[in-house]
Amino acid sequence: MAAIPKRQLTAGQRKSQRGTEESPFVKWLLITVALLFSLVFLLLPLVNVFAQAFAKGFTVYWDALKHPNTLSAMKLTLLVTAICVPLNVLFGLAAAWAITKFEFRGKSLLVTLIDLPFSVSPVVAGLMFVVLFGLQGYFGEWLADREIRIIFAVPGIVLATLFVTFPFVARELIPIMQAAGSDQEQSALTLGANGWQTFWYVTLPSVKMGLLYGTILCIARCVGEFGAVSVVSGHITGKTDTVPLHVEKLYNEYQGAAAFAVASILALGALLTLGLKTWLEWREAKLEGLGQQAEAEVRP
Amino acid sequence: MQLPPHLNKLLLLAALTLFTAGAATAKDIKLLNVSYDPTRELYQDFNVAFAKHWQTKTGDKVTVQQSHGGSGKQARSVIDGLEADVVTLALAYDIDAIAEKGRLLPKDWQSRLPHNSAPYTSTIVFLVRKGNPKGIKDWSDLVKRGVGIIPANPKTSGAARWTYLAAWGYALKQNNGDEARAREFVAKFYQNVPVFDTGARGATTTFIQRGIGDVLVGWENEAFLALKEQPKGGYELVVPSVSILAEPPVTFVDKVVKRRGTTDVAKGYLDYLYSDEGQEIAARNYYRPRSAAVAAKFADKFPKLQLFTIDEVFGGWQQATKAHFADGGHFDQIQRR
Repeated sequence: MAAIPKRQLTAGQRKSQRGTEESPFVKWLLITVALLFSLVFLLLPLVNVFAQAFAKGFTVYWDALKHPNTLSAMKLTLLVTAICVPLNVLFGLAAAWAITKFEFRGKSLLVTLIDLPFSVSPVVAGLMFVVLFGLQGYFGEWLADREIRIIFAVPGIVLATLFVTFPFVARELIPIMQAAGSDQEQSALTLGANGWQTFWYVTLPSVKMGLLYGTILCIARCVGEFGAVSVVSGHITGKTDTVPLHVEKLYNEYQGAAAFAVASILALGALLTLGLKTWLEWREAKLEGLGQQAEAEVRP
Repeated sequence: MQLPPHLNKLLLLAALTLFTAGAATAKDIKLLNVSYDPTRELYQDFNVAFAKHWQTKTGDKVTVQQSHGGSGKQARSVIDGLEADVVTLALAYDIDAIAEKGRLLPKDWQSRLPHNSAPYTSTIVFLVRKGNPKGIKDWSDLVKRGVGIIPANPKTSGAARWTYLAAWGYALKQNNGDEARAREFVAKFYQNVPVFDTGARGATTTFIQRGIGDVLVGWENEAFLALKEQPKGGYELVVPSVSILAEPPVTFVDKVVKRRGTTDVAKGYLDYLYSDEGQEIAARNYYRPRSAAVAAKFADKFPKLQLFTIDEVFGGWQQATKAHFADGGHFDQIQRR
C-alpha cells in the first residue's frame, strides 16, 4: 500500500520522539514484540524462499531461471511494467495537478475514482475486463470479427495491471501538492514563466521525491500483481504467463525448487526496490539536513 | 560400412539442400491445447512426440502451447474467448457448455472421434497415509465417523464430479438401486469432508503438502503421480472394489481452427492420441489406454477393479448434471442439510 511520505520533522517533533514517558520495561517489551513479529512473519518466509530455491542445488536453480518459459514470463512482466509505469506516471501527474491546483465540478468524484482500484478486489477487476472484452462480452463479437485480441493476450494483461496500479502515483502526489499549495506556481507565472517552465522548474522539483516513491511502488505492484492478471491471462505457458503466474504453475507441477527459484527473483526485485526507497529517503534527509544547516549559517 | 570420403561429403551436401529446401516451404504452426489440471505432464510428453510425428509427416513445425486449470474454469475461458484449437477436458459436460454457451462447436461433437471422443480413461481411487491407519479398503469405510475425506468441489472440478458419481454408483449397487439410500450414503460421505478445493491439483496439495485429511479421493492418474513425486513414501494407494470409468474427452474447436487455418493439424493432433505411440504416452503417464494392445502391455500397471460408466448408471452427463450438480440438485440439497 501507499507509503506515507516522510515529512520533514520540526525540531520540537524530533525531541518528543526521542524521549517518551513510558517506563523502560514497556519500551523494551514493545520493541521485542515488534521485532519478533517482523522476524517471524516477514524475514523468515523471505529466508525460506531462498532456502527452498537452493534446496536442490545451484544447477536446478540456474536451470529453472534460464528455462525458456521462465525467460518468456520475465519478458512479459518487464513489457507490462514498461507500458504501465510511464502511463501511470503521466496520469498520476495530470490527476494530482488537476485536483490540487484547480477547482472544478466533480473533483471529489475524481478523487473517489482514483481510489477505486484500492477498494475493488483484483479478481473483480479482472472479471470486469472479461465481461467487457470477452467473446460473450459487450465488445466481444466486434473485436473477434476484427481479429483483435484483448482478453487472454498481452493487451488484457496490460489493462488489468494498469487498472490495479492506477492509484499509486496519484495517491503519492496529491498530499504533497496539496501541502505545497499553488503560491510558488502563481509567483512563477507572474514573473513571466510559461506553463511548461512553471511545471518543469517549480512544480516537478517540489514533488520529485513523492513521484519517485509512487513510481517505485507502481513498479513493484506491476511486477507482482497476481489476481487480476490471473483472470485475464488464459495461462498459456510460454505466452501469457507473467512471473507470479509462472511461479504458481511451477509449484502445481511438482517443481517446488524451480517455483521458489523464480520466486526468489521476485523477492530479490522487491528487496532491491526496498533498498532503493530507503536510500532515496536517506539521501533526501541528508540533503535537507545540509539545506537547514546552510540556512542556519546564513541567518545567524 | 565405410563410405569413401567424397561420397560422404556429397551425401551431406544433398542432405543440407534437402533440409534448406524443406525449411523454405515448411510452415511454423502454433497450436493451443486448453486442458484440465492433472494432464500437464501427459501433454508435455505428448506434444514433443506429436511435433516430431507431424514434422516427418508434413514437414511443418508445430509448437503446442498448453493451458491448464480446473476443467470448468477452462471451459469458461474458452467460452470467453481463449483461442483453443483443441480442448482436452475432464468431462464431456464442460465441452457441451462450450458448444451451448459459446456456440464454438457443434452439439454432436462427441461422436466425431472413437470411444466417445475419449482417447484414454481413468477412474477414481483413494490415496491414504502410510500404513493406512484408518483401515480404508472400500467406499463404505469412507463414511465412518472420524475419517477426513479430501475430494475437490463438484461445482468446479471435473475429478470431484466423477468422485461424487462414483460414490453414488457404489451406493446404488450396494442397495439394489435404491436412490434414497444412495443419497443418504453420499450425504454421509460429504459430511466427512473438512476442506473443498476448487481443482484436483489443489486437493492433492491440501492432502500432501498441508497434511489435511486421512484419504484423498480423486483421479487414479493423479494418485500415481503423487506417489511418484513423493519417493520417500508416506502414502499408499487403495483401490476400491468398484468405481466409475472416467472418460476425459477431447475435441477441436471448430470456430477457432477455421479462423486460424489449423483444422488439419488440430485433427492430426487428436488422431495421434489414438495412435500406438499416443496410447503408450498416455499409459506411461498413468492414463488407461483404449488400445487393447497397449493396455495388454501395461496390464500390470493398472489395478483391476469393476468399472461402471456414467451412461449405464446415470444416463449421460446432461441428465447427471441436471439431477445432481445443477443449482438445487442433489449435491446442493446434501450440502444444505
